[in-house]
Parts: sequence; structure tokens; C-alpha cells
Amino acid sequence: MASIFQGVGTATTLSSSASFDSNKFHPSSRRSLSERKVSFLVVRSDAAKMNPGLNKIGGRADQLVTNAVATKPDTSAASTAASKSGHELLLFEALREGLEEEMERDSRVCIIGEDVGHYGGSYKVSKGLAPKYGDLRVLDTPIAENAFTGMGIGAAMMGLRPIIEGMNMGFLLLAFNQISNNCGMLHYTSGGQFKIPVVIRGPGGVGRQLGAEHSQRLESYFQSIPGIQMVACSTPYNAKGLMKAAIRSDNPVILFEHVLLYNLKETIPDEEYVLNLEEAEMVRPGEHVTILTYSRMRYHVMQAAKTLVNKGYDPEVIDIRSLKPFDLHMIGNSVKKTHRVLIVEECMRTGGIGASLTAAINENFQDFLDAPIVCLSSQDVPTPYAGTLEEWTVVQPPQIVAAVEQLCR
Amino acid sequence: MAIWLAGRRGASYCVKALISTTFRSSRSYTTAFASNGNSDSLFFCGNSSSAAVFGSQRFESTKARQQLDLLSSDDDEEQNQGVDFPGGRVAFTSEMSFLPESSEKRVQCYRVLDDNGYPLSSTQFKHVSKELAVKMYRGMVTLQTMDTTLYEAQRQGRLSFYVTSYGEEAINLASAAALGFDDLILPQYREAGVLLWRGFTLQEFVNQCLGNKNDYGKGRQMPIHYGSNKHNYFTVSSPIATQLPQAVGVAYSLKMDKKDACVVTYFGDGSTSEGDFHASLNFAAVMEVPVVFICRNNGWAISTPITEQFRSDGIVVKGQAYGIRSIRVDGNDALAIYNAVGVAREMAIKEQRPILIEALTYRVGHHSTSDDSTKYRPVDEIEHWKTARNPVSIFRKWVQRKGWWSDEEESEFRANVRKQVMDAIQVGEKIEKPPLADMFSDVYEEVPSNLMEQERLVRDTVKRHPQDYPTNIPL
Repeated sequence: MASIFQGVGTATTLSSSASFDSNKFHPSSRRSLSERKVSFLVVRSDAAKMNPGLNKIGGRADQLVTNAVATKPDTSAASTAASKSGHELLLFEALREGLEEEMERDSRVCIIGEDVGHYGGSYKVSKGLAPKYGDLRVLDTPIAENAFTGMGIGAAMMGLRPIIEGMNMGFLLLAFNQISNNCGMLHYTSGGQFKIPVVIRGPGGVGRQLGAEHSQRLESYFQSIPGIQMVACSTPYNAKGLMKAAIRSDNPVILFEHVLLYNLKETIPDEEYVLNLEEAEMVRPGEHVTILTYSRMRYHVMQAAKTLVNKGYDPEVIDIRSLKPFDLHMIGNSVKKTHRVLIVEECMRTGGIGASLTAAINENFQDFLDAPIVCLSSQDVPTPYAGTLEEWTVVQPPQIVAAVEQLCR
Repeated sequence: MAIWLAGRRGASYCVKALISTTFRSSRSYTTAFASNGNSDSLFFCGNSSSAAVFGSQRFESTKARQQLDLLSSDDDEEQNQGVDFPGGRVAFTSEMSFLPESSEKRVQCYRVLDDNGYPLSSTQFKHVSKELAVKMYRGMVTLQTMDTTLYEAQRQGRLSFYVTSYGEEAINLASAAALGFDDLILPQYREAGVLLWRGFTLQEFVNQCLGNKNDYGKGRQMPIHYGSNKHNYFTVSSPIATQLPQAVGVAYSLKMDKKDACVVTYFGDGSTSEGDFHASLNFAAVMEVPVVFICRNNGWAISTPITEQFRSDGIVVKGQAYGIRSIRVDGNDALAIYNAVGVAREMAIKEQRPILIEALTYRVGHHSTSDDSTKYRPVDEIEHWKTARNPVSIFRKWVQRKGWWSDEEESEFRANVRKQVMDAIQVGEKIEKPPLADMFSDVYEEVPSNLMEQERLVRDTVKRHPQDYPTNIPL
């Protein structure tokens, strides 16, 4: 599955490779598409001028190592604030900032969900917005996910831009009918007459002993639905940027947040910025192996990366961010360079994002691989409540290190 | 027009509408509501005040409501202080009694004309002009004729699928006639007549059924899944009851924009079993949005009769469970529908509240062309409703008695419409189908690269195996 990409220059390199099926890429036809997307992005504070020919995200994110309050206390990464000015905040605050800026900018933006109003949301993402924008724009609903998701879809068809919050992503399983049959479909079945510019967001993933029902990874289930886009944020910086991009997009977008990442701290630019929904993020360039990950696993990977660097390996870490569609441009470039791929995800083994990504890479970059793709995922079990067992269902840094060592032999 | 709503604690609402000759003089519209204890029902919500009212109420939502009891005149209630709980004060009783699962008498059904088209002696109803009545009648006949012709076309293999609205012509046309063009319609799938009233042409209907290039849905959906944003008619989506929460969302946006319009959504008796139905009524009531929920209780959900669908007294009683004003109407009586929907609409907009209308009727036709209803219900039952209780005939009798219609006009009109439908089919069949590219467009706002690639792969395959590709779909 190819993706929308920005780089014109790199595309020609790809298509010139003899063993590569250049038929699968159509850079020229996509250029006009990407140009429209490019206008979305605001030049960031001290970044070099936007060069559509290069993967600017790569150059930028190099310096942008997050000053993350890691999920494990003993893994605080070295912090470098990428911008000289800027303000420090937590991830949930970054989401809220994005929300607030968009609500300020466009009066059609509204929030619908349980306890989002005066309670401020169960993770405080919408705190303070109800007093500011009123009870109608920040709407508390009764407990019926299918109903308020359907409500959001109806409002969107009328021109509003609702952000539908699932208190926990797992609850959105109750909204599956509306999301699959209507959200992803009505634009198509109505012949383009009705648009559904909704954002569906909420925290998912394995938390700290939340129990099986509250530790769902919905990206697995939603990824097949045609007509929707999926993105996963992992840092305050990309959380805000992706939130804004999702709100501005006319497609229905599902924004996956992670329960354990809400308190990550980072300094983000003061200037307005919007990220590209279809782009991945280069976290750490390297030469030996491509590690693809997203959301919370990014931090486990970075932790493992430290160990790997000490052992003499040079892993390239990419946070794929865009779960549907995959950014096969950045991923492809990386595979071309390293020839080895490790996917680290939190989804279950069967039918997760890793499974789809494995298939996509195998299909598109078969000839560049020196070894079969390794995918580390959670086991196909409901997440146990016991803390120690729960830890064992989530991929841990030592496993990542071992997998890389195995892969690079 | 003045409406009095008499309500006492424990009594059911009954609406008596006294109509003046000019219904549209809305400036003289006054409303006095007697409270049943909820302070919010006292509000006559005009325009912008509703938002302020709504806002102030929501801010107090965490406090327990104070129940005003204006009408109570029972002596012992002064001694019965009641108990405070979240939600307000309730009087207590030392007698343990369960509310009965159903009341002894069923909720009465509002009706204007009897089965022979004579106005009931005690009824009062809105004056309907000749123009409106004839337009309604013509619409009903057009719907019936279009249904017959297109059903036959399906049987001949010219259409792949069709759904008729036999028996529900009055609900379709009379409700549409009572609405304004700005009112938004979220249909289920047996409401083609509403779209017809709004000006959808026979050719447009046929184009959708044939799925040709001129179909607004670009040939992507099954027949009868009409949708037209310019007619304020949302595209039909097959799963039932999904339009109900969406209707609440649409009304929510009307409320945000403070528009002088409401949302009208239709659904059948079967839909009321879906969770979406209950959640939507609840949402609409809590959010105080202008939605008119019209339930076409036609007795059958494919082969499931209503006795197996629910055990309540129909759907009208469910309204009160959610705090929604409701009414039961004779769905085969065009004038009753016209009146009730008109009043419901006024209430919904002026008071910013949902209204539930249960229109009792009968599904004369099969569920669809994939169904043979004689397999699960008696033929003479169908015949009875088709003849003695036919909404088109009943209204026709009334209209003819008024001197506004005649037998000659009838046969001429029917023949005319039938010919138009046949012509539309002929014309429609000659129109090209939508091109292959339309299979990939509109999935997203812009066609993404992965879909472009998939389209290219299909085209490659077609090039290699042209004999396997359908001849009638342009590349």
C-alpha cells in the first residue's frame, strides 16, 4: 500500500532501481496532491526553509529528542529543546492546546463525549474549554457511544466539525456500527454530497492494571474500514500537530492516544504548526536496522536503542504515526538503507498494525530485505489485571534488544 | 393557533388543537403550559433565548432539580413532604405497589377521517386548501404508481432490487406536506414520498435505482437508497436506526446555528428495538434539540410481527420514558398526519424539544423484492388493508367529495404517471453507468495514492482480460 508523500527527488531514486517495481509509485500524479497538503504545514520556528524535495521531518526530528517523562522512571532520555523559544507542557495539555486553537479559529469545531464538559474529560484533555466555549460546543452526552458517534456524524454532515471523544478507546467498540457503516461510508454512498469531517479520539493501549476491557488496541479493528484515516500521537509535539491536522482534515480521522503517555513533558514551539497526517516521524536515524513503532512502544524502542548503541549497533527508529495509510515513502527509504526491519507494536499478534505493516513492506520492498521482517507484538490474550503479567504482554526493551541482535547477525 | 397542554402529575398529556382559519399566523401563536413539575417545560423558547436557557440549565445540571408543583391540590400532599434524592423531590408512600406493565386502556389514536373519508364528527382539524389537498393526493398516487411500475420492472429484471411503500402513502406525503423545505429529513428507506414531495423527479428516482451516471449517489448504492443534499434529504443507509443518533446530531447543529428549522427522522417499528433508538430519544431529550421522530408502525419487520418486537403499547408510550412528548396518529389518515406533524414541528422548533409521533399503519407490500410476505402472514389480512383501509382511497373519497377530484382525473392521472415512469426507465437505461474511477473517488476527500494504485491495478487486470470486464461500465 503506497502512501502520499512529499519528496519528489527521492521518488526518482526509487523508480530508477532495477529490482524495484516502479509501477507501484506514481510520483508525478501525487505531486499535486502533496502540494495541497504542503500548504497545511506552517514553517516551524528555527527549522530550515521547507524543502519539499527532502524529507524535512527527518532533518528536524533529529534534534527533537523528546524530554520525555518516560513510562519507566529510570529511562529519562537526554533532553534537548529543539526550539530556542517555546513552552513546556504535558501531552494532554498539548492536545488541549491544539483543540483550543482550532476551536478559536473555527467556530464550527465542537467536542462531543462523556464528561468532556465541566468535568474536563476523564484525562483532562478538554479541561477549561466548556467554561470558555459554552455547554453547547463542549457537549456532555449520556452514555451511549454509538449514539453520540452517530450524533457527531449527523452534525458533521451539516457542516460542523465535531471531535468525538471516547472515554477509553475500547468503548468505541460500541460505536463500531456508526464508524464503519456511516462514518467511513456516507461520503462515498452519497456520491460525495455529504462530508464527514469528524475526529474520533481517545486513550487506548495497555495502561497500568486497567483490566482487559480497558486495555484495547482499537487500531487493529479499525484499520480495515475504508474511508477513515488513523494516526497515533506519541509526543506532545506531534500530539498537538496531529490534533490540529485531524480537525482541519475533511476526512474522518481517528486519533489514537495512549493512556500512559498523557503526562509526557516536552517543550513545544510557541508558533502555530500543523503536522501532516500521512507522514511518519524519524526519531533516530541509523544504518543497521529499521525499527518501526508507534505510540507508547516508541519509548520502549528508544530505551532499547540506548542499550543497542552501547553494544555497537546503529538502529534507525521511525515512529510511523500514520497508521492508515502507512508512510511507505519514509519506511521504504529506510528499508533501502538498512535492509532489516523490526516492527515493535502493542497490538496483538493476529491482525494488528504490525501484521498489516509486515505485509505492506514485504509486498513493496521484498528485494531490499536481507532478512525476514521481525514483528514484536503482544500475545493474543486479553490483558491480565496482574501487574507482572500485564508487563509480560507488552513488548519490553530487553526483547527489542534481543530481536535486533538476532536480526543483525 | 392556540394549544393548551393539560398536564397533571400522573396524567398523560393530551393535545387539543384549536385551529383558526389561517394556520400560518404564527404571531398569534401562544402557548400556555401547565407544569408537571419540571420547570423547563414552562419555557416558550423563541429564538436566541433558547441557547441562554439551555446554557443556564446545563450549568446547574449537577445540582438536584427543584420540582415545582404548581397544580397539586391534594390535601394530603401538604403533609407528604417527600424525600430529596438526586433528580428532585419525590413523595413517598408506605404502600408498596408496582406500576403495571401496561395500562388498561391503550393510548388513543388521533384521527380526522374515518375509513370512508368522512370527517369524524368531533374532530377539529386544520383547514387544508384545495391546492394542498390535491397536491398531496397526486403525490400519493404518484408514489403508488411509481412503486407499482418499478416493482414490476424489478420482476422483469430491469431493476435489481426495489422497496415499495404500499399502505404508507399517507405517512409519506402528508408528513412531507406539513414540513418546510428547510427541515432536514433523515429517512430510513420507506420514505421516498417525502423526497417526491420536495421535488425529486421520477427520472431522478429511476436514475438512482438504475445506478446510472446521473444518480447523485454515483451508482454506489442499492436501489431506493436515495439521497439529495439539495433537497435536504440525507442519503439512506441500509442498517436500521443508524439515522436516529445522526438526526440528533443534525438537530444539534441547528441548535448551534439557531436556525428556524427542525429535523424529521423516520423509522419503523423494528428500529425501535435497536439501541440507537433508545439512546437517540434519550439524547434528544437531554440535549433539548428540535427533532421530530416519526415511527411508521406498520406491524411487520420483515417477518417479525410487532407482538414479537416489543411488549409495550406500541411506541408512543416509550416517549414518556425518555421525557419526550408523544402522540399516536392514524397513519392511514392523511389529514391526521398532516395536522399532527405540523403541530409537532412547531413545538419542536419553538420549544427546542424532541417530539415522538407513532403513526399506526400497515405494510401492505412485501418488505422488499427479496421477500414474499404471504409466507408469514395471511393473504386476507393483506387484502383487507389493501382495500378497506387503503390510505389513498380514503383520502381520495374525501377529496372527491369536496369536488376537488374526479374519477376521470383519476384514471388519466394514473395512466399519465405510469407512462412517465416507464419513459423514465427507458431513458434511464440508455444513460451510461458511472465510470470505474467513481469506484475509487469519494472514499476520501481526495483520492489517496494507495487507492490510485489499486485503481491502476484494476485497470491493468482489465487490459489483460478485457473479456471478463462488464461491458456496461465505462473505463
